[in-house]
Amino acid sequence: MPKITYIEHSGKEHVIDVPAGMSVMEGAVKNAIPGIDADCGGACACATCHVYVDEAWAGKTGTPSGMEQSMLDFASEVEPSSRLSCQIKVTVELDGLVVRMPKSQH
Amino acid sequence: MSGAIGRVLIIGAGQAGGEVAQRLRANGFEGDITLCGDEPIPPYQRPPLSKKYLSGELPLDRLFLRPAETYEAEHIRTFFGRRAVWIDRTAKRVRFEGAHELPYDALVIATGTRPRPLPAPGADLPGVHVLRTAADVDAIRPRFVPGAKMVVIGAGYIGLEAAAVARQTGLDVTVLEAAPRPLARVTSPEVAGFFLDAHTAAGVRFMLSAQAAVIKGETGVRAVGLADGSEIEADLVIVGIGVIPETGLAEKAGLTVQNGIVVDGQGRTDDPSIFAIGDCASRPLAAVGGRMARLESVHNAIEGAKIVAAAITGKPAPTEEVPWFWSDQYDLKLQIAGLFQGYDRVILRGDPKDRAFAAFYMQGDRLIAVDAVNRPAEYLGGKALIQKGASPDPAKLADPTVPMKALLTA
Repeated sequence: MPKITYIEHSGKEHVIDVPAGMSVMEGAVKNAIPGIDADCGGACACATCHVYVDEAWAGKTGTPSGMEQSMLDFASEVEPSSRLSCQIKVTVELDGLVVRMPKSQH
Repeated sequence: MSGAIGRVLIIGAGQAGGEVAQRLRANGFEGDITLCGDEPIPPYQRPPLSKKYLSGELPLDRLFLRPAETYEAEHIRTFFGRRAVWIDRTAKRVRFEGAHELPYDALVIATGTRPRPLPAPGADLPGVHVLRTAADVDAIRPRFVPGAKMVVIGAGYIGLEAAAVARQTGLDVTVLEAAPRPLARVTSPEVAGFFLDAHTAAGVRFMLSAQAAVIKGETGVRAVGLADGSEIEADLVIVGIGVIPETGLAEKAGLTVQNGIVVDGQGRTDDPSIFAIGDCASRPLAAVGGRMARLESVHNAIEGAKIVAAAITGKPAPTEEVPWFWSDQYDLKLQIAGLFQGYDRVILRGDPKDRAFAAFYMQGDRLIAVDAVNRPAEYLGGKALIQKGASPDPAKLADPTVPMKALLTA
C-alpha cells in the first residue's frame, strides 16, 4: 500500500498507508491527522484540504484542473506547490509522497 | 464550565453528532463521550447519497466521516442502531428503545431531520422511496436500473440530483413539481430556469404546477396519479418534498421549539445542560443579522459542532462562516455562498448557455449571496465579499473580464 508522509505546519510528521484509489485528503481525514479539514468531504466545494506537494513529487501528482486552480487562487498562503488534496488520487506511483500542511485552512 | 462536565452524551450520529464528538477530543476534552444514533452505522456524509453513492461510484465505507475503529481509539463510546425516546432533564438521563438509559452532564441533540411524507394514498407501496439515509439508497437500488421508469416527486436539490444520476444510468425520468418552477424554495428563477433547461436537454420530462394525488399499484408502484386525473407510469418513485426537523425529543422534554430546537449563540437550549446543533436546531445567524435561522447543510453541521465543542470546553467561539452549499448535477457543479432570501436584484456574470456562470444576489447595495455554476472563483470570491459585508460595484460583478480577486481588493 502506498505510504504518504503528511507534515503538519508545526513540523510533526505522520507516515500513513493509504490505499490506491483513495485521495490524499481521505488518507489524512480517515486517520485523524490534524491540519486538513476537508469540510465538504472531497466534492471540490470548500478549499479546506490545501496542501503543499514536495517539489520532488510535483511531476507525479500532475497539475491542478481549472476548477481546482480557481479554488486554490482563493486559499490562504498559496504557493506554486499548492494543491487541493481531495483532487490527488493515490496510486502506487505515489508511494513515498510527502505533503505539507498550511498554517490554517480558513 | 469544563470542570463541571464529566460526561457528554450526543444523540444523533449524523455529520453534526460525529463532528462534535471529534472536536471535543480535539479541544482536549478528557471526560466520557458517548455518541448515539438510530442508524446502525458510524456517522457518514449524506451529500453523496444522491450523487456518487446512488451512482455506485463510492461505496459506503468511503462515506464514513472516520473509520469505525477510530472512535474506540479516541475513547468515544458508540451506541448505534438505538433510538432515544425520552430525556429526563431532572435526573439528566436519556432513555432509549429497549429500556436502556444513559446519564449525562451535557447533552447534545443532533437528531437532524426526517423526510416529509407524501400525503397521498399509496405512498407506502413498495417502490416508493425517500432519500435520506444510506439504507434508503440501498432500498432504491434494485429498481434503479437502465430502462426503468422513475418519477421524482419534488424538484429540489435531492430530487434533481437523483434525476441526473438516473439519466446517466439510463432510466426514464419524469419530475413532478407542485410549484411552477423547480428549486423554487432555494434559488432564483434565473438559476432555476438554467437547471430546468439542463435537465430537459438531458432527457428529463418535467411536469410543473402538478400534484401527485395518488400512487397506484397492487403489490408495488405502477403509476403516479395526478390531481387532474392523468397518470404517469412508474417502476420507482422518489419523494423529495422537503424535510421536517426531528424535534420530538426536545418538545417532550419541554424545550423551546420553533422551526427547530431554539438555541443561543453557544448552541444552548433553554436548559443550560442541553445543546442542539445541525439541521434540527434554530440558532441566531450572523449572516441574517443575528436573526434565528435553521439551515440544512454540511456547513451548518460543522459550525454547530465547533460552537458547542468550544462552549463545553470553555474555548472561544469560532468566527461564523458565511453559509455555503453545493450540488452536483451532470457536469454542473453548483456552489452557493450566503442566503439569497430577501434579495432585490440579481446580477448575472457569464452566459448560462456556456454552462458556466454566476448569479449574484444584492439587497440594496450589499451582496448577500451567490450561486455559481462551474465558476469556483465567483463562488469563493463572492463568499469572501459576503463575509466582509461588501458592496461591490454591480457593473464589475457583471463583467467577467474583471477578476474576482480585483473586486476583493477594491
